[in-house]
Amino acid sequence: MPVTETLGQATIDGLAYLGDLAILMGRSLHAIIVAPFQGQRLRGQRVVHQAMSAGVGAIPILSLISFFIGVIMALQSAYELRKLGAIALVARAVAISITRELAPLITAIVVIGRSGSAFAAEIGSMKVNEEIDALETMALDPIQFLVAPKLLAMLLMLPCLTTWADFMGILGGATFGVSVAGFTLGSYIQATLHSIAFRDIVTGLIKSVMFGAVITAVGCQEGLSTGLGAEQVGRSTTSAVVKSIFLVVAVDLVFTLLFYFTTSR
Amino acid sequence: MRPRSSRDESGRQADGGIAIRVRNLRVNYGEHEVLHNIGFDVKAGETIAILGGSGSGKTTLLRSLVGLERPSGGAIWIRGQDLCCISPREMAELRKKFGISFQGGALFGSMTVGENVALPLREHTRLDDSTIEVLVRLKLEEVGLSGYEDYNPAQLSGGMKKRAAIARALTMDPEILFFDEPSAGLDPIIAAGIDDLILKLKRAFGMTIVVVTHELASAFLIADRMVLVDKGNIIAIGTPEEMKANPQPRVRQFLDRVPDPEVSADEGFLDRLTQNLRL
Repeated sequence: MPVTETLGQATIDGLAYLGDLAILMGRSLHAIIVAPFQGQRLRGQRVVHQAMSAGVGAIPILSLISFFIGVIMALQSAYELRKLGAIALVARAVAISITRELAPLITAIVVIGRSGSAFAAEIGSMKVNEEIDALETMALDPIQFLVAPKLLAMLLMLPCLTTWADFMGILGGATFGVSVAGFTLGSYIQATLHSIAFRDIVTGLIKSVMFGAVITAVGCQEGLSTGLGAEQVGRSTTSAVVKSIFLVVAVDLVFTLLFYFTTSR
Repeated sequence: MRPRSSRDESGRQADGGIAIRVRNLRVNYGEHEVLHNIGFDVKAGETIAILGGSGSGKTTLLRSLVGLERPSGGAIWIRGQDLCCISPREMAELRKKFGISFQGGALFGSMTVGENVALPLREHTRLDDSTIEVLVRLKLEEVGLSGYEDYNPAQLSGGMKKRAAIARALTMDPEILFFDEPSAGLDPIIAAGIDDLILKLKRAFGMTIVVVTHELASAFLIADRMVLVDKGNIIAIGTPEEMKANPQPRVRQFLDRVPDPEVSADEGFLDRLTQNLRL
């Protein structure tokens, strides 16, 4: 097959996949926003259950990782800033890199590993065991029943987790600042608050909402398109993780570009 | 595209005691046509067995009847409604009148048996929790599974899973019950128990029952009429007595359990084995 044809086919497949994700998102958002006004109930209990497992359950590991990332960021920036005699800027470097970029991204990656893969595996096994067919024949829309509660939980939990990761990352930076760079806890917090703008946190949170949508859409789409057999469930899970990481980084790039060009003038 | 008038006419006819009407049904998987020009009727209150060997297309036929496969041609009317042309909302309403027991049970692994059976009631009715609880117990009692409400489906044996799936299919008091291979993979005693259960449901509730199976004994016991599917075609329809008397060679082969001739006796056998080889 000529290279142009392969490239063309890959582009068409990629666009078709994005189209499938958009349709899934659209139908889920319809189930969350519009359907409750048409007399169809939103399954609050399932939303809470998902929020607990995808959100609250992620707190311990996310705390640890973002704390470490905070320390690492402080170390890496101190390495260069020390040469310039500007070690006091460590707090600023940590605060900006964590709130604008690292906390949303690390949170997304932790959630992909814990929940994006779980969505694909859960829905994939349901597909293999005819449970999705059973839902349909019981007049229950699988998107309304399975995907919408997951999406709502993720849209609510990702910003919360990201805020928590912001806090833990800065705490990590502060640990380094206080123990090595001559800060007191008070002066570190003051330097942090002085260096970050409200906008930094908000842009991070906006990105985290988008990441939540991407992770849910990819995880559920991969689950719903699982073929027959247990092996396919494994394939869907792997594929969900790889595609989610790629799309989260791509969305991150787009939004960072957008924020850069809309706020730097 | 069929002319509208013929669809309407058939639709009206379907109201007169016909629960399911299938005409010229064709279903494709990609390029491959698996069902060719299938046509039959199921009368209201009748138990029909769709028989056929593995890969004959009988499960695809059942999936088409419940709207899980989209036909590439022909039409299916359920209670007078043409499946091709009804809105998703009408389809949902129609499906509330179905009960389906899938081959593997298809019980939701994340819920207990009781929650599985209660699910259609919780989703489609406004009954309070205690009424739902009583109804769940009643349905489980009907299938001989009382006391298993709090079990996880993974804790049940194959036969119990099928019974639980039947209890779930019965929850909304359906007008039409579909069974996909109800006794496949079960030992003869448990399989006979499932047959008894189907007969009991037929007598007690007068439901229209469609059973897809390859178990001859079971089909002859429960069915009022039988449809024999072979390679995507219907080769015989009739009562169990008519089927027993059917002289067609392929029908006889299936009913008398005669194996296909040895493939190695076939003339093209060696050619097929060696094709595409550079010898």
